[in-house]
Amino acid sequence: MEYEAVIGLEVHVQIKAESKIFSRVRAGYGHEPNTLVDPVVMGLPGALPVMNKAALDGIIKAGLALNCTIPDYCKWDRKNYFYPDSPNNYQITQYDQPICDGGSVEIEMPGHNRGEMGEHKEIKLTRIHLENDVGKLNHFSEDSLVDYNRAFTSLMEIVSEPDMHSGEEAFAFLTAIRQTMIYCGISDCDMEKGQMRADANISVRPVGQKELGQKIELKNLNSITGVKNGIEYEIKRQTRELKKGNTIKQATWRWNAELGQTEMMREKEDAHDYRYFPDPDLMPVKIDDEWRNRLRDEIPELPWNKQRRFLEEYSLPYSITSVLVPDRELSDWFESAAKQSPKSAQAIGNLVVNDLLRELGEAGQVLRDCKITPDSLLGLVQVVEKGTIPKNVANKDVFPEMFKSGETAEQVIERKGLKPDFDEDQVKVWCQEAIDENPKPVQNYKDGNEKALNALLGPVMKKSRGKANPQLVNKLIRELID
Amino acid sequence: MQDIFYKSASELSELLEKKELSSVELTKAMIERTKSVDEKVAAFNSFDEADALAQAESSDARRAAGEAKGALDGIPVGIKDNMAVYGQPLTCSSKMLEKFVSPYDATSIEKLKTQGAVLWGRLNLDEYAMGSSCENSAFKSTSNPWNLDCVPGGSSGGSAAAVAAGEAVFALGSDTGGSIRQPAAHCGIVGVKPTYGRVSRFGLAAFASSLDQIGPMTRNVKDAAMLLQAISCHDERDSTSYKISTPDFVKALEDQRGHKWTLGLPKEYFANAESTPAMEPVLKAIEFYKSLGCEIKEVSLPHTDYAVATYYIIATAEASSNLARYDGIRYTHRAEKFDAKDSVDIYCQSRAEGFGEEVKRRIILGTYVLSSGYYDAYYLKAQKVRTLIRQDFENAFKEVDALLTPTSPTPAFKKGEKASDPLSMYLSDIYTISANLAGVPGMSLPCGYSDGLPVGLQILGKPFKEDEMLSIANEFEAAHEFKDQHPSL
Repeated sequence: MEYEAVIGLEVHVQIKAESKIFSRVRAGYGHEPNTLVDPVVMGLPGALPVMNKAALDGIIKAGLALNCTIPDYCKWDRKNYFYPDSPNNYQITQYDQPICDGGSVEIEMPGHNRGEMGEHKEIKLTRIHLENDVGKLNHFSEDSLVDYNRAFTSLMEIVSEPDMHSGEEAFAFLTAIRQTMIYCGISDCDMEKGQMRADANISVRPVGQKELGQKIELKNLNSITGVKNGIEYEIKRQTRELKKGNTIKQATWRWNAELGQTEMMREKEDAHDYRYFPDPDLMPVKIDDEWRNRLRDEIPELPWNKQRRFLEEYSLPYSITSVLVPDRELSDWFESAAKQSPKSAQAIGNLVVNDLLRELGEAGQVLRDCKITPDSLLGLVQVVEKGTIPKNVANKDVFPEMFKSGETAEQVIERKGLKPDFDEDQVKVWCQEAIDENPKPVQNYKDGNEKALNALLGPVMKKSRGKANPQLVNKLIRELID
Repeated sequence: MQDIFYKSASELSELLEKKELSSVELTKAMIERTKSVDEKVAAFNSFDEADALAQAESSDARRAAGEAKGALDGIPVGIKDNMAVYGQPLTCSSKMLEKFVSPYDATSIEKLKTQGAVLWGRLNLDEYAMGSSCENSAFKSTSNPWNLDCVPGGSSGGSAAAVAAGEAVFALGSDTGGSIRQPAAHCGIVGVKPTYGRVSRFGLAAFASSLDQIGPMTRNVKDAAMLLQAISCHDERDSTSYKISTPDFVKALEDQRGHKWTLGLPKEYFANAESTPAMEPVLKAIEFYKSLGCEIKEVSLPHTDYAVATYYIIATAEASSNLARYDGIRYTHRAEKFDAKDSVDIYCQSRAEGFGEEVKRRIILGTYVLSSGYYDAYYLKAQKVRTLIRQDFENAFKEVDALLTPTSPTPAFKKGEKASDPLSMYLSDIYTISANLAGVPGMSLPCGYSDGLPVGLQILGKPFKEDEMLSIANEFEAAHEFKDQHPSL
């Protein structure tokens, strides 16, 4: 019997905001324990939550970017449970009236090879709601300590429908969400800092069966690759169990990335009764079109739309867009050069994804600090197009200098004396000499072997001390022979 | 000359302004009075003499420099021990918070500080404001200054008793179902529960968030107007605080003198008049208003019968969640012995030791009504009834300016009398809880005696019309001498 997996993801994303969700205390990561706290965050007697509008803006923007409906009204509920990382022993969340309804995420599956774009699919969302994050427990041999710095950070929970069927889809889903959040400036989604966390619900059923199989919840998926590996492992495990005739028990499992396997955390407990009820400390939120439109206007062109446009408007190969598009800053940088000369886009793209990224990597720099500008890069492409210098000289000798010094292409060419000190007539003379000195390849060419003329290129380049433009040389040799 | 500790805030304010009295003298008088009578009354959980005198000295220095901050500057005000004052204990009269010191000020406290008031002592209450007799305090049972064998009422029993006994010029209480008005009635003082949203709840240890309000407890109406004015505000730290300006309540008392009010008598509140011991002085008060030329109308609040049940569902539900933070992890009492491998055991042991019986009873009740499978039948239904009760008031206020009722069915009862019968204790709030459910303002005003114990007249006003409610009370007070009658201690 063939089996298929059904996967739903719950993705928690911290919203980037100066202060916390229900308090004016600063939000942050990596501070001394329990320094980003106040009476609200510590759950002191008499403390009251007050909504942070920046968090609402963040989630509404996320909802609009992920095709959700934003209802006119949402409210806050208390989810009651005891845990030491939760200062009030209830979480303020949204039970039955979330701020974002429905929605979908466009994902891109891997292609057959790096240069080929894979299939695009749509994964449906159930909802996105807003809640407060909790603190962090640190366990030691004798005791456990709680750090409430993370508590009350703005957190949204993106809940997908059980709409995915493989680890690769889950990987693509998280990648797409991450890119969208970064594009919109909603979150940096750094999983190492806990800015994005994912839990997966995984079940397996015989192909053709309508009902879902018994699901398990998989936790501790600490990286996007971890999500993929954990899910793939779990699908194999469940399928193996089912093939053996065993049943899957409802339980929570964890991914052990070091051992590369899933481990059971706990079997199904009595279903937790969270005793949800509307939070009497907070007013419901009304959202009107003016608010929605203001945030919609702030949403930049989203990654897949940009990719489609780059492929079309600039005729870029997928291998270039796949590097440019995930990085909003880099793709914008590219485009501010490319839009001035669309026909040069591919040459610009190549310089950006190969040479610029390499130099940045070697220098340990980020794009924003780098000395080379889109305009000067375009200048470099144009001197090559004009035939002033050959492309290999541009890439090898000019670009690294521009990167280091911030000079224009002309300045580097001038300073290093890279500009040829002869004219086209001189090149023609050298070409004629080469033809005369190498009758054999010339004869071969005349007999129909196109490639034979390559043998003349070397001698001409030698005569020009490497400064002749190979394309020009090729052209002239052909003209002289024909 | 009248004893200094029974002078009203407005009189004292004048004396301070004329420099016939210093804040230090006044504060010392309060300290002496407290030291001499509080052994009997037991209104204070704690007080900080040095701190109070330091505040008084600053006030006198300000005044000497011509920088006095207004009518309250230098006047001692007692604080119920469930409001946060920076550097002071905040116990809620619970073992759970016995050692807790607040690192911040409640908004009302901050406002009193900026107006120069001398914060004086921490006043006893029923644990977490749950109770009607002050017997649920983990520390002490406050006595009624009029009869030390009787309860002062609750939960703001310490505040009421201290004001009645001259241990504070006036005090702040909090009212979730009558916790200001009922003890005010029992102790023969004025107690005002403002409209929900008039006074910030920030810094008030929450019992039931949708019902709690801080309010003044004073020996006369004008002092209540002064203190209410001092603490009212829109507060961005409390999302339920209402965006409305604060009227000049003191001036309104003069402006509205002699107005012929239309006053309603909710017939459901007078149904058992014969069997209600506290009714006689209330009926006399109604006759008084008639004699002033006020129109007295019978009105109906048809859902009154459901108020107690509705209240005990909503209040306990909210309390069960609000009190979850007292867990033995951060700043509360923590049991010495627990199974360290199991955080649930820390909670169980610490909460079993830290909370008293009534608090546990209400947490269990509230947890039950919110449980899945019961939520719709209890909590959701109660919210619907609450809406009907609110509509009852809206309808009544189309016909009348305010409602007159007894504050409590009986005068103060004997200590221990109802302690083992929670239901009869709950019913002592029968006239007061509807105002909290509807969010309307209410107050209690001394209107006579029954068996030598004070009886209160309750006035319920339109939302945000505390000025009218106070003016109506002022008419009665001006024509009677109850405000000048004090218990002999």
